[in-house]
Amino acid sequence: MRRLGALALLALSACGPDMAKGETGFETPQSGSAFLKPDTRALQSDDFANPGFLWVDRGEALFARASEGGPACASCHDGGEHTLEGVAARYPAIDDQTGELFNLERRINACRSRHQGEPPLEHESEALLSLTAYVAHLSRGVAIDVETGGAARPYYEAGREYFFTRRGQFNLSCHHCHDRNWGQSLRGDTISQGHPNGFPAYRLEWESFGSLHRRLRDCDTGVRAAPYPAGSDTYVALELYLAARANGLAMESPGVRR
Amino acid sequence: MKPGWLMLAGLALAGACREASGRLVTDAMVTGDAITAPLTQTPGDPVRGKAVFTSREAGHCVLCHRVEGLEAPFQGNVGPDLSAVGARLSPGQMRLRIADPTRLWPDTVMPAYYRTNGLHQVAAGHKGEPVLSAQEVEDVIAYLSQLEG
Ligand code: HEC
Ligand code: HEC
Repeated sequence: MRRLGALALLALSACGPDMAKGETGFETPQSGSAFLKPDTRALQSDDFANPGFLWVDRGEALFARASEGGPACASCHDGGEHTLEGVAARYPAIDDQTGELFNLERRINACRSRHQGEPPLEHESEALLSLTAYVAHLSRGVAIDVETGGAARPYYEAGREYFFTRRGQFNLSCHHCHDRNWGQSLRGDTISQGHPNGFPAYRLEWESFGSLHRRLRDCDTGVRAAPYPAGSDTYVALELYLAARANGLAMESPGVRR
Repeated sequence: MKPGWLMLAGLALAGACREASGRLVTDAMVTGDAITAPLTQTPGDPVRGKAVFTSREAGHCVLCHRVEGLEAPFQGNVGPDLSAVGARLSPGQMRLRIADPTRLWPDTVMPAYYRTNGLHQVAAGHKGEPVLSAQEVEDVIAYLSQLEG
């Protein structure tokens, strides 16, 4: 399954990101993995050594298991009409039922309550991370292609606002590091363009697997700002802006990061 | 002037005053591109200043700056190389650049190390506090002044 996933359809997104010209500090988005040391990059590309596959495999098992209140995820998403291949590349997306912006974690929890009679899983719990990892990995190699118009617009704007706002005792915005200083060294790291395509990811510093929101909390904490909770509306909106900045970039989860 | 306008002007003034008093570096302290008077009575100590420059808990300047021969691993290059900064800048010029660089470069990535106003979403443990104390700013200036390449 996973070896096949790596060969996934390389969808080419014609619609470029609808950023104001020159708003991001790059012409074409470059994955965070391009800025890693070669051994870390090698760890990510070896499916047998990549520790993230532990979570993908756990997720696959959870996906197949029937819940107490209802059917297994796999009984709806059996590869037919409701296949999840390529789906994660279009998230965050508006949920038709509520009109709200859902990231993958929110979608998984909504499926649990709507179709499986199960309570929501805690953000960063092993179970939610595993399911998210499994679903994200079904889009490996697929180009990010999120919708930013219509009902998604206000979320996109809020995320963009967060990205450009200076914060914390160090008074820096995401833009200062990831648009204006990518490629530069910040102590032991090379600053990347700050794309979400490797997440959820295994981070060596965490010695564990974590969500994009956990990474965002680290960046906020790094400038001595009060971080938002993982799963918060603020970070879900920011996630949409980040995905839009990265439109066209291939999904890589499970990524391996420093 | 209509009373409404007067009131608005008054409010703006009050706002400006509050802003100025929250800012640790006031306009009166700045001459050209420098703060010539030291921030403390006690002269800066270069040995302590070196620790401020490298330590994660203090200035952690090596995050962005490199100094030739300094024994600290992984020095960054987001900011300019400071190996010869002592030959380039006077202590007063360094003081303004370290204490409140946004006065000189409004869009800079270099944090203001002696400023508490106009900040946003600051983590609880750091609220209302400048990154460095006045003495630590003087110490780091004393260290950098010795670097002449
Ligand atoms: C002081 C610099 C700095 C600021 C400010 C900052 N980051 Fe980061 N960020 C980093 C560094 C260093 C890394 C780790 C190396 C890298 O860029 O992948 C990182 C990693 C990331 C990553 C992971 C990229 C990957 O491929 O692994 C994302 C996403 C990200 N940042 C987004 C943000 C957002 C959004 C903000 C603002 C809320 C922000 N960053 C603020 C320095 C910063
Ligand atoms: C997040 C990055 C960052 C950090 C941390 C940082 N600086 Fe800077 N610094 C810069 C940048 C960038 C410049 C150049 C000004 C500009 O282009 O905005 C600069 C400029 C300077 C200058 C002027 C150099 C010259 O040649 O004109 C001095 C002096 C300086 N920094 C000292 C320090 C000290 C001391 C610390 C720690 C207490 C520090 N910096 C921390 C980014 C940083």
